Amino acid sequence: MSKPLLEINNLRIRFTRDGKILTPVRSVSLRVSDGERVAIVGESGCGKSLTAMSITRLSPTDMAMVDGEILWRGQPLLGISQRELQKIRGRQISYVFQDPTASLNPVMRVYRQVTETMQGVDKAEKIRHTADILAKVGLPDPMRAALAYPCELSGGQQQRVMMSMALAANPELLVADEPTTALDVTTQKQVLDLMDRLADERGMALLLITHNLGLVAGRMERVYVMYAGEIVESGPVSEVLTSPRHPYTRGLLAAVPLLDAPPDRPLQDIPGTVPSPDAWPEGCVFAPRCPYADDHCRQCHPELRCGNNRECRCHKEIF
Amino acid sequence: MKLLQADHVSVTYRIPGRAPLKAVNGVSFELQPGDSLGIVGESGCGKSTLARAIMGLQPLSGGTLSYQGRNIADFNRQEAKEYRRKIQMIFQDAVGSLNPRMTVRQTLEETLRVHRMVKPDQIGHRIDELLDYVGLPGKVLGSYPREMSGGQCQRVSFARCLALTPQIILADEPVSALDVSVQARILNLIKELQRKLGVTIVLISHDLAVVRTICEKVSVMYAGEFVESGNTLQVLDHPRHDYTKHLLEAVPDVGRALRANGI
Ligand SMILES: Nc1ncnc2c1ncn2[C@@H]1O[C@H](COP(=O)(O)OP(=O)(O)OP(=O)(O)O)[C@@H](O)[C@H]1O
Ligand code: SF4
Ligand SMILES: [Mg+2]
Repeated sequence: MSKPLLEINNLRIRFTRDGKILTPVRSVSLRVSDGERVAIVGESGCGKSLTAMSITRLSPTDMAMVDGEILWRGQPLLGISQRELQKIRGRQISYVFQDPTASLNPVMRVYRQVTETMQGVDKAEKIRHTADILAKVGLPDPMRAALAYPCELSGGQQQRVMMSMALAANPELLVADEPTTALDVTTQKQVLDLMDRLADERGMALLLITHNLGLVAGRMERVYVMYAGEIVESGPVSEVLTSPRHPYTRGLLAAVPLLDAPPDRPLQDIPGTVPSPDAWPEGCVFAPRCPYADDHCRQCHPELRCGNNRECRCHKEIF
Repeated sequence: MKLLQADHVSVTYRIPGRAPLKAVNGVSFELQPGDSLGIVGESGCGKSTLARAIMGLQPLSGGTLSYQGRNIADFNRQEAKEYRRKIQMIFQDAVGSLNPRMTVRQTLEETLRVHRMVKPDQIGHRIDELLDYVGLPGKVLGSYPREMSGGQCQRVSFARCLALTPQIILADEPVSALDVSVQARILNLIKELQRKLGVTIVLISHDLAVVRTICEKVSVMYAGEFVESGNTLQVLDHPRHDYTKHLLEAVPDVGRALRANGI
């Protein structure tokens, strides 16, 4: 088997707050191969973003205690210096985040932000260069957009600017953390179609972080389901979403309103809420919300079991 | 008699130095008691302006809104006050819509007391009843909003709204800030309130599947206008207007996506 592009093994992320230790990410192992489209899904606060940020030690994970192993083309990233990381970040691994307004400087014209790291180049050249890369992400009137302030662009346009910046260096992996959550569905579709097309053209791998199972179903190849700081299930999208094994994955699927469900289909909710990272329950973390939980589940933490390209962290073979 | 009727309602924003902006343009609908209407559309299409107009908080630049056959613009102070009690609003930001310095008990007590909804010695009993409606345990009564989850806060806002025995609940994106597992609980709650109490629901949402789950009728709003209205299943399963089709196509629906990929 070829070496994966990105391999994360037993990732654990801890913070100290008010003298207490929080462990928002307890145990995450995942792989992304060359050109592969992989998703991490899960509800708010389960540790998706922290996992993504820790790959190149973006804030706040630079302040955290991070253990485990993160391998980029086989090279360990956890021990290396910020300077070495800098060579990988933005060039081989790029990021797009949910809120473009938070990542763009509101008082700087777009072209200055896009060309911030370019040196010894005059203004006209910078503008031309920006317009070029904006044209590549299909932004209409790229010249005007290059000269605009971020607030003069719509949310979808801002997100394309972010994407053009992320893609400028031809990265091998694009990590997209809820890139379209703030956008309308029609704009969301445009931005994701664009991301798909560019990934195709360049053979770039995608790691998409989302809470939206619909996006996973339509666009991704493999999925990791995360709950309370752990991977609880993973596998090919076609299998995990049609025959989910973990009760949490099943619960999520049963809770989603569908466009073509019979009108009387009841929505199943999952009782309770995600526990907080300073109080993970003993035993299975999902036990307080799981309809199948028994004493064994509550006392004994289940391991991730693998087989046939699928993984599941559950004591019971209810499937 | 019709409970609420909007007849060619328009709202125009006038900003000095700019062209007037028609945020709502000739919108009509009617609601009978127990109806559920979904208003769907993308950001900036005028949904929230329309909601404010329905609440009587936004002057109309054209058309009329009538409540039980009377133009709400003609209400005297007493009637306007009564109208604002009969029609209650639920917001997306549930935590932010609650007073951070009040416990759940204080919030509900105050609402009941200020509006003299029940006799003082009945307040405790009524609070228990309200918690029961929205499925919250009694132990949340001592909690402050920041100590509760988003879903719990949204249920407290429903309880507060029900305290005023409204005829119409106008919910503006009530579940879009919530996780799916919690969203399902709030949607089931809305259905149950409809069934048990016969409240009329107006649900504003950008999520077509959510509207399909809750509402019998739907209106699709685009650039200030209703471009298509009708029975929800009819409109969403057999859309006629191009914008409705366009919107439906863009929705990343799990079931549809799996099928489209031959799974
Ligand atoms: N700097 C920090 N210090 C301490 N705890 C943190 C820090 N950053 C995040 N957390 C906690 O870690 C947990 C996981 O956070 P994370 O942002 O990874 O969640 P997420 O899965 O991305 O959620 P969402 O879907 O809401 O974006 C949360 O409980 C959060 O409060
Ligand atoms: S281990 Fe037990 S509690 Fe945990 S998910 Fe499986 S059945 Fe539920
Ligand atoms: Mg996140």
